[in-house]
Amino acid sequence: MIQVRELSKFYGKKAVVEKVSVNIQRGQITSFIGPNGAGKSTLLSMVSRLLDADTGEVLVDKDDVRKMKSNDFAKRVSILKQSNFMNVRLTVRELVSFGRFPHSKGRLNEEDVRIVDQAIEYMELGDMEDSYLDELSGGQRQRAFISMVIAQDTEYVLLDEPLNNLDMKHSVQIMKILRRLVDELGKTVIIVLHDINFASVYSDRIVALKDGRVVKDGPTEDIINSESLKEIYDMDIPIKQMSNCRICVYFNS
Amino acid sequence: MKTRYLIAGLILLSFTSLFVGVSSITPMDLLDWSSEETQIFLISRVPRLVAILLAGAGMSVAGMIMQQLSRNKFVSPTTAGTLDATRLGILVSMLLFTNATLLEQMAISFAFALAGTLLFMQILDRIKFKDAIFIPLVGLMFGNILSSLTTFFAYRSNVIQNMSSWLQGDFSMIMSGRYELLYISVPILVLAYVYANRFTVAGMGEDFSRNLGLNYKFVVNFGLILVALVTVTVVLTVGMIPFLGLIIPNIVSIMKGDNLEKTLPHTALMGAIFLLICDILGRVLIYPYEISISLMVGVIGSGIFLYLLFRRKAYA
Repeated sequence: MIQVRELSKFYGKKAVVEKVSVNIQRGQITSFIGPNGAGKSTLLSMVSRLLDADTGEVLVDKDDVRKMKSNDFAKRVSILKQSNFMNVRLTVRELVSFGRFPHSKGRLNEEDVRIVDQAIEYMELGDMEDSYLDELSGGQRQRAFISMVIAQDTEYVLLDEPLNNLDMKHSVQIMKILRRLVDELGKTVIIVLHDINFASVYSDRIVALKDGRVVKDGPTEDIINSESLKEIYDMDIPIKQMSNCRICVYFNS
Repeated sequence: MKTRYLIAGLILLSFTSLFVGVSSITPMDLLDWSSEETQIFLISRVPRLVAILLAGAGMSVAGMIMQQLSRNKFVSPTTAGTLDATRLGILVSMLLFTNATLLEQMAISFAFALAGTLLFMQILDRIKFKDAIFIPLVGLMFGNILSSLTTFFAYRSNVIQNMSSWLQGDFSMIMSGRYELLYISVPILVLAYVYANRFTVAGMGEDFSRNLGLNYKFVVNFGLILVALVTVTVVLTVGMIPFLGLIIPNIVSIMKGDNLEKTLPHTALMGAIFLLICDILGRVLIYPYEISISLMVGVIGSGIFLYLLFRRKAYA
C-alpha cells in the first residue's frame, strides 16, 4: 500500500498540492482525475520522487520514500511520464533492456534476458523488437515504454497521462494492457487520466483532485455519479449505463 | 559497416600514414636500426600516427558523450564553447604563469574547459525554446564570446602569434616528447566505455534516469569532466580540430543508433579513420608541403555536416 500523508507542494506562495492524504491499495487501478491544474501530475511526481515534497510524507509499504536508496526505490516503484519527444535512437529491445537497469546496472544476466523476452512478448512487440523507437507510431512507442516498465518489474506502476496523443483504438489497447497488468500480474497501477470515461470503465478506485486538494476518494461506482462530478468539474454531467459501463455524457452539458 | 572492416581499414591507413612524408622511408630501411630513416620513423612518424589515432578517437567519443547528455545531435566541443574555453584557459596560463609546465597548463585549461562546458549546460537548461538548431547556435555564440575575450587579451599582451598555434590543429609538429599528454585519452576512453550505459540512460532525460534509479546529476557531470579532459589534451598537443566530434557521432548514430555501449567502439574507430584520411590527404595533396589538419577536417567535415543538416528530418 502507498500512503500519502499531508503532502504539500508550493510554487512560490501558491500551493499546487495542499495537504493531500490518500491511501492507494495494492492490486488495483487507481485513477487520479480532476480539472487542469488540479495538481494530479504534481502529486504523482512527488509519490514517485521525481519532485521533492515541501511538507508531508509518502510511505511505500510502510517505508518512507525519502529514506530509500534510488536504486532500491527503482525496484519497487516505476513511473512513466507523458512520453514527450525523444530523439534518442534505441531499438525496442534496447529500451526494454534498460528496464533491468536497477537490477543489473546494464550487465544483463540470463535471468534479465529472460525477463526482457517475456516483457516484449507480453506487449506483443516481438516482430518490431529491432525497430528504432523513432520509426514507431505513438501507440507502439507507448507499448514499448510500458514493456520497459514490465521488465523493470516493480510492484507499483505509475503513469502520467499515458493516453496523451493516442487515438481511440490505441487508448483502449493501452488501458486493456494496464487492466491485465493488475489482473494477471498482480501489479498496482496508479494513473493520471484526462478522459473521465476511461477512468470510469477501467479503474477500481478514483481519487478526484481540485485546486490541489482531494475532493473525492473512493471506489469508482461511488464517484461516477452526477452529484460527485458536479462537485469536481462544476458541470452537470448525466450518466448513462451501458451494459457494464457507466458513461459520462459531458459533451453538451 | 562491420567493425572488422573498420579495423582492417584502420591498419591499412596506419601503415600508409607511417610511410608517407617528405623524407622517403621504406619498410626495408627499418631493418637497419641505427639508420637516419629509422630515427625519423621513431621520432616523428610513429608519434604522429599515435597522436592522430588518439585525437580522432578521443574527440569523436567526447562529441558523442556531449550529444547524448545534452540530448541534442548538434552539440559538440566545437559548438558548445568547450574548445574556446580551453583556448582561453591556455591564454590565462600563459599570461599568469609564464613558466608553467605542460601539466600546469593542462590543469588550468582543464578548469576553464570544464567551467565553460558546465556554463553552456546551464544555459541549455534555462532555454525554453529547445530547437535542435537553435541550441548549437547559442553554443557557437557563447564560444565566440569566449574567443573574442581570448583574442582581446592575447592582443593586449602581444601573444596573438603564440595563440594561433592552438587555433590551427596541426600534426606536423608532433614529435616524441611533445605528444605524450594525449595518452590520457586512453584511460578516459576506457572509463567512457564503462559508463556507456549510464550515459545512454541519462540521455533519455532526468525523469527517465530517476525512474531507473540513476544518479542523473553525477553521471552528467562525470561525462562533462571526461569531455573536458579529452578536449584539453587534444588542443594542447595538436590544436583545435573542429567538427570531428560532431560528424562522426552523427554518422554512427544514423547507422547504429544511440546505445552507447554498442556504438562507442565504432565511434572511436571511425573517428581515428576519418582523421587519418584527412591527415594523409593533407600531406599528399600539395606535397612536399602540408595542409593543416584543421583545414582538411573543416572542409571535408563541413561538407558532411551540411549533408546531415539537409537530411536531418529523416532520422531526428
